[in-house]
Amino acid sequence: MPIFWGIHAKPPKIWKIVLGLLPFIILVSVYLTASHVRLERNSDDKLLPSIGKMIQAVDGLAFTKDKRKGEYLMLRDTLSSLKRLIIGVLAAAVVGLFLGMNLGVFPGFNALLMPFVTFISIIPSLSLLPILFISFGIDEMGKVILIFWGTFILITRDMYLATKAIHEEQIIKALTLGASQFSIVYKIVLPQIMPRLIETIRLCLGGGWLFLIASEAIAATDGLGYRIFLVRRYMAMDIIIPYVLWITFLGYMMDLILRLIIKWRYSWYVEMRKGG
Amino acid sequence: MVKKDISYLKQKNLLHMENIYKIYDGKVVLNDIDLSVSKGELCTVVGPSGCGKSTLLRLILGQERPDKGEIFIEGKPVGFASKDRGIVYQKYSLFPHLSVIENVIIGKKFTAGLFAKKQVFIEEGMEYLKRVRLDAHYNKYPHELSGGMQQRVAIAQSLIMKPKILLMDEPFGALDPGTREDIQVFLLELWEDIKMNIFFVTHDLEEAVFLGTRIIVLSQFYTDGLPNDQNTPKGAKIVADHALERIAASTTVKKSIKNRELIEQIKLDGFSPEYLQRISEFNLRHPDSFQTI
Ligand SMILES: Nc1ncnc2c1ncn2[C@@H]1O[C@H](COP(=O)(O)OP(=O)(O)OP(=O)(O)O)[C@@H](O)[C@H]1O
Ligand SMILES: [Mg+2]
Repeated sequence: MPIFWGIHAKPPKIWKIVLGLLPFIILVSVYLTASHVRLERNSDDKLLPSIGKMIQAVDGLAFTKDKRKGEYLMLRDTLSSLKRLIIGVLAAAVVGLFLGMNLGVFPGFNALLMPFVTFISIIPSLSLLPILFISFGIDEMGKVILIFWGTFILITRDMYLATKAIHEEQIIKALTLGASQFSIVYKIVLPQIMPRLIETIRLCLGGGWLFLIASEAIAATDGLGYRIFLVRRYMAMDIIIPYVLWITFLGYMMDLILRLIIKWRYSWYVEMRKGG
Repeated sequence: MVKKDISYLKQKNLLHMENIYKIYDGKVVLNDIDLSVSKGELCTVVGPSGCGKSTLLRLILGQERPDKGEIFIEGKPVGFASKDRGIVYQKYSLFPHLSVIENVIIGKKFTAGLFAKKQVFIEEGMEYLKRVRLDAHYNKYPHELSGGMQQRVAIAQSLIMKPKILLMDEPFGALDPGTREDIQVFLLELWEDIKMNIFFVTHDLEEAVFLGTRIIVLSQFYTDGLPNDQNTPKGAKIVADHALERIAASTTVKKSIKNRELIEQIKLDGFSPEYLQRISEFNLRHPDSFQTI
């Protein structure tokens, strides 16, 4: 049995760990080498700062109180950004869930709103940015709405498709068991598309971060995106790189949490997908 | 043709329909179906693939409406699917997000008032689960059960609502032969036990003859005397209708000579495109059988 090559490969567990780590190790070594070479030539080089320099920078932002504001800047950036992201995506999830579900269940509602939803789904979210900032300024509202807008259409469409994918037999069966239309929507359809909603949120978080950072870059006074675009002026790669890694880590953790929720709360969904 | 008092049939019988047509995209699927089924019957429906068996069942269920004619249950016209008709499909009868016991009692919960006690339902649900011999698995999810067990839960789920008629569309079609025979015997016992009305669609002739007290053959292979060409099918009719004797519920009767002969006859009447009966020669021997002209 081949360990690596071909479609029949069955990498043993330990190999899987080694193989999975390999690209990371390569990336880090390439960086360290390149950084070393550049710093050797010019010790003031800012493009590829050394690990020590980055640790120093992080220490200054994360573990030392800012003199002017008396706060830990990185913590404040993180909390502000997460608040915007979570409120925006959560609002999009709630609206998308109910809109998509009702579009899928009720033909009359569908006839009323589907053309409209299809139309507005074409509007590029980023083109709304100026409108939002003219209307809301650097207020939280503008950023939250941008994140909301950038994600809710996709969630709506996916919830619509998930609702449509529920077999007609299930609806008829529920009717033969005396279900009201209300029960069908909230006891049969809703619980069956919940795990799919979480999956969709996982996919949408990527877009959510994009809109968050874009809006913070343009109009904000704090936030992870604000910070990296602020220090960009000084070419402070020693701050930007740790921030990007931190954002990636946060994104990874959110994804992991959502994945675990599906695994623990919706075992039937995981099994059904496996079974096809 | 013997003239029958149809209005009497409509009053007396559980299920009654006259002149039922179903047309899909201009294509006639069901052509003038007349059918009346009395109480307590386990009526099986067979026919070639695609002849419209499921369509007929969906019409009775209220999942779809006939293009012509009306269907009556206990003399009242049927509307949309509701709790006086239960259904067991081949697949998707159970709700995947609910445990076995939750699946069984969900009908009770749907129809309960605000102050109903869930515990009462659970006890009743467990009774039904015992009856289908699955009480030990009450806490599992459908995907953790075998196909045969899933179908038994689906039967319990329908029965707890005490429907006037239980409709089944190839309920055992996806099961392997051994499991299938077990669950057939099981269904018969249940049917004898609680005297329910069952309308059972299958394409398996042996199953239909073994289970049924009456067998209906639905087929598009017949001639009405007019020029017949294969490109414009006329839609299925009931081409045969037999009463079946119920011998003790043992699977050995499947091999009995009488049954073998009946099956051969039905194959010829309903399943062979080369052999076209004339409408007037249909074998509609069952006492409840009738044809409107
Ligand atoms: N919703 C629909 N729209 C269009 N045509 C349909 C629809 N449902 C069924 N038909 C057609 O009606 C005919 C009868 O279908 P039906 O499913 O009732 O057959 P069946 O006897 O149950 O077949 P099977 O043994 O394969 O289950 C088929 O030709 C099918 O293509
Ligand atoms: Mg069918």
